[in-house]
Amino acid sequence: MRPTLTLLGLLVPLSVASLLIGAAGIGFASFGSDPHMALIMSVSRLPRTLAVILTGAALAIAGVVMQQMVRNRFVEPGTTGTAESAALGLLAVTIVAPASPIWVKMVVASLAAMAGTALFLRLIRRLPAREVLLVPVVGLILSGVLGAIVTFVGWQTDLLQLISIWLMTGEFSGVIAGRYELLWFAAGAAALAWFAADRFSILGLGRETTTSLGLNPDAVMRLGLVVVSVVTALVIVTVGMIPFVGLVVPNIVARRLGDNLRATLPVTAAGGATLVLACDIVGRLVRFPYEVPVGTILGVIGSGLFLWLLYREPAHG
Amino acid sequence: MICVKNLSHSIGKTSVLQDISLEIPKGKVTALVGPNGAGKSTLLSLIGRLMPLQTGRISIDGSDIAQTPTRELARRMAILSQTNSLGSRLRVRELVGFGRWPHHQGRPTHEDEQLVMQALDALDLTALGNRFLEELSGGQRQRAFIAMALAQGADWLLLDEPLAALDMAFARRIMAQLVALREAGRSIVVVVHDINHAAAWADHVIALKEGRIAAEGPPETVCTSQVLGDIFDMELRVTQIEGKPLVLHHL
Ligand SMILES: Nc1ncnc2c1ncn2[C@@H]1O[C@H](COP(=O)(O)OP(=O)(O)OP(=O)(O)O)[C@@H](O)[C@H]1O
Ligand SMILES: [Mg+2]
Repeated sequence: MRPTLTLLGLLVPLSVASLLIGAAGIGFASFGSDPHMALIMSVSRLPRTLAVILTGAALAIAGVVMQQMVRNRFVEPGTTGTAESAALGLLAVTIVAPASPIWVKMVVASLAAMAGTALFLRLIRRLPAREVLLVPVVGLILSGVLGAIVTFVGWQTDLLQLISIWLMTGEFSGVIAGRYELLWFAAGAAALAWFAADRFSILGLGRETTTSLGLNPDAVMRLGLVVVSVVTALVIVTVGMIPFVGLVVPNIVARRLGDNLRATLPVTAAGGATLVLACDIVGRLVRFPYEVPVGTILGVIGSGLFLWLLYREPAHG
Repeated sequence: MICVKNLSHSIGKTSVLQDISLEIPKGKVTALVGPNGAGKSTLLSLIGRLMPLQTGRISIDGSDIAQTPTRELARRMAILSQTNSLGSRLRVRELVGFGRWPHHQGRPTHEDEQLVMQALDALDLTALGNRFLEELSGGQRQRAFIAMALAQGADWLLLDEPLAALDMAFARRIMAQLVALREAGRSIVVVVHDINHAAAWADHVIALKEGRIAAEGPPETVCTSQVLGDIFDMELRVTQIEGKPLVLHHL
């Protein structure tokens, strides 16, 4: 449990910083006495901080679940067509029934994400197991194709701006109370993974071992599909896709602690939250008082981390 | 007893098993032998319901495997596959611990932990318990997977080439352990390539060739130069030592 505590030790001060940093200055002195400050806190800063934490934790968990399902470390929902299919579903509701309530949009986006991910799983089934890099390549191609469809439809229907938020520059500056609560459901879906942690670890041992231990690999796959799709769809709708979290965090955690998810999921969740929160804060500071989207910061930091991960000497002991 | 009736199996267009009917006795060590590609692994995987049945029926102690819930089967039979590709990064102790999953479904009791420790101990893995599997030698890893199957504590133990990659001391130890398990009332089916291990330790030998049963019976009747020579298409001599056939396949 030590890594979780270490990460929480980072997360708490970062959260405090996140509450204090923003265009409107907040000082400890005025805290509690100034009603204006209290309003900023409850309407903007606290929701934003919570949204960042929930998103980071949920995406990291969705990433590790995806990796166990595919038995490949180089995938995350953003690179397997999941995000693009969720966006496609969302686009479809926005066009067909623009007035439908948010939960309907959510359900449609989640179902579309499931369909797209299922398609990805089907495509990679025939790939030779030894060619580990083919899986992410197929994922990227599928993402590319689906993304192109989304862009084309968006262009035809004048909805490109929405799409660029969903798929390209996820960010938290628009988060206020009343507009992030769906993320609690994303966190709930991720928490579901914790209850099935052993099942996902066993699935990572392969279909045969899963069956021999009396589990139906397809049932575990379906559960994983639900977790990954719901998390991705909800994140896309509320803040837009945040890249790299689902890739980098699970890889670092697996490298250090292994794949026994029962033990590692809390670390993965805390790690995802910490990374996204740190990047969000950096994004708020680099061009203060303007903001750089967290997705951009993560793109830079995440790809750096990932390269380091790939080229680092393998861990020993 | 495991009862296989009219089992045929093909992969793509190639027919791998052709109309196999056999009975595997309960409470015995049964060795499955035969040349590469004879269909041993396929047969074992079908019995262990790791692949769907195409034609034929398989029952284990009277229950049809196609009708029995997979979770229930997992408590009755443990199977070690030939290919244990390593996708996940698990510690030896964690892997062996998953062998108990069919019994505890995620909530291990004290007894489960005890059995995991025994299995680790039986394969001399206690000192390596905290190592990641990918940081083990091939033979040590093989032992970890055997320990996982042992920990499952099932009546039936199906092992596909457990001796692959093991040194001769461990190979003998594993075979002796299988016999000890038989004494404790378990039934074992084991694919072995070293025919002398089959001859020395097994009660019953089943030989496959090109997807058919080529010979079946106690080691004394199957392990003869005539029968084995036909199955493996090679000349070989067989002598006796301590009342067991000794196949001089390397000379
Ligand atoms: N996925 C597959 N696709 C095509 N043919 C296959 C496949 N798996 C097995 N076979 C073929 O089925 C036959 C039986 O294979 P099986 O693995 O059962 O042999 P085996 O007796 O276990 O051999 P070995 O001693 O080498 O392990 C072989 O001829 C093999 O080429
Ligand atoms: Mg084989």
